Amino acid sequence: MVAGWFAGDGDDFTLLGTRCSACASVFFPREDGWCRNPGCAGGDLAEIPLSRRGRVWSYTDSRYRPPSPYVTDPELPWEPYTLIAVELAAERIVVLGQAVPGVTVADLAVGAEVEVVAGVLHEDGETVWTTWQWRPTGVTA
Amino acid sequence: MTGEVAVLGAGMHPWGKWGRGFVEYGVAAARAALADAGLEWRDVGSIVGADTVRGGYPGYVAGATFARALGWQGARVASVYAACASGAQAVAAARAQILAGLADVVLVVGADAAPKGFFRPAGGDRPDDPDWLRFRVLGATNPTYFGLYARRRMAVHGDTVEDFAQVKVKNSALGALNPYARYRKRVSADEVAASAVVADPLRLLDICATSDGGAALVLSSLEFARRRGVTEPVRIRAVSTVTPTYPNTVLDLPDIATDSAAAAEPATETFRASIARAAYEEAGVGPEDLSLAEVYDLSTALELQWYEDLGLCGEGEGAKLLREGATAPGGRIPVNMSGGLASFGEAVPAQAIAQVCELTWQLRGEAGDRQVEHARVGITANQGLFGHGSAVIAVR
Ligand SMILES: [Zn+2]
Repeated sequence: MVAGWFAGDGDDFTLLGTRCSACASVFFPREDGWCRNPGCAGGDLAEIPLSRRGRVWSYTDSRYRPPSPYVTDPELPWEPYTLIAVELAAERIVVLGQAVPGVTVADLAVGAEVEVVAGVLHEDGETVWTTWQWRPTGVTA
Repeated sequence: MTGEVAVLGAGMHPWGKWGRGFVEYGVAAARAALADAGLEWRDVGSIVGADTVRGGYPGYVAGATFARALGWQGARVASVYAACASGAQAVAAARAQILAGLADVVLVVGADAAPKGFFRPAGGDRPDDPDWLRFRVLGATNPTYFGLYARRRMAVHGDTVEDFAQVKVKNSALGALNPYARYRKRVSADEVAASAVVADPLRLLDICATSDGGAALVLSSLEFARRRGVTEPVRIRAVSTVTPTYPNTVLDLPDIATDSAAAAEPATETFRASIARAAYEEAGVGPEDLSLAEVYDLSTALELQWYEDLGLCGEGEGAKLLREGATAPGGRIPVNMSGGLASFGEAVPAQAIAQVCELTWQLRGEAGDRQVEHARVGITANQGLFGHGSAVIAVR
């Protein structure tokens, strides 16, 4: 569904972006067509892994079931999930993602450190849909 | 001043969940605007429709859909889509036609029949659409973005959920005075606090609903207005339709990530602030000249953000401005005297037009119990998905 947005397992799991060879602009979700920096004459876009750790820019949750195309089982009671927007310092970018299951807004603070891990978006009989999730590292400096 | 157009007429269909088609709302608003202008539909040289997005063609060809319903009379026609900025772009297109001499009188119409519940992307598997992706991959509804902004304000500026609730208290009291508003009941801070959390820290009464509604304007050249004996019309002096500046570093609907600032320094002002600045520059006025503002309060917290982006106060001082009563009736700069989206709800193609209707009535002194005394200059502010700026400045 989002081919090439992330790769790896366990501690090697990373988000994948692209970087312009001419101006060093970073893009996530990956931009493979052209550099979007208006001050850049354009360069090749190379795939790069993004920093695995970042700091919480903000967070919220979804107390009501989102509409399609989000996939949920209407037979099951709705379990809210948490969303975290994370600042990656080296890339100077903010990336939104779901928190790992079990993390609620009460567990978070703006500025707290989180790391990216592989997670399951949903699964059906044939496919497990993998995604990225943010997990607090426990460091809140 | 060159570049001005006259607002000869303003009209609305009351907002709510009426369960009828968008054409009905648009036609009712158009007829009301024409009657307000004292003109016949046949006097109109051009019609611009702000598009609604529904399955099938008619929503995407709003200009001609309204023209057909009013009766084909050979007018020039345009249909525009810019998400929540559609109405402002319709006004911009109409103004450009008038200033270019292509039409003396232009009818601008926007209307919608919103589905129940969360806004959602069009159907089908469309992984090349950022709007589809944020729902599919993250389940990120519009309110979750409003929740992110609200939480960020609390962390950075010290805003409280009680501050947010006071925005609802203010706007609902004004909506109670507006016959076109969907919600006509005053809401207390306790009622906000007792409503269900939708996207932490925001509750149901912090977030605007979806609604049906319609709004229309009759715009003309100043010369045409004078010929009609309207010597001192409300005039539109600026329409801001700017895009962001790269890198846009505030997470925006419907994006999953911001632009990276790794290679280019971000501008000192945010996208929302740049929308207002463009309008001020075009109009030759500043925030200190304003009599009132109509801002896009998708959430209570977002209204406070607009105070800062419009330059009504410094960064981080929005809640203070509210607490001082500056943005309430009788304050230094009343905001959302119409009741805002808090009282109207979203009818996407109509709302930016409805904001200009409110400015028109206020600047004419026809706003009844909501009237801002001696109103001379008003601004609207709005933002369309995918990088569409939207602000209008009207003067009298
Ligand atoms: Zn580049």
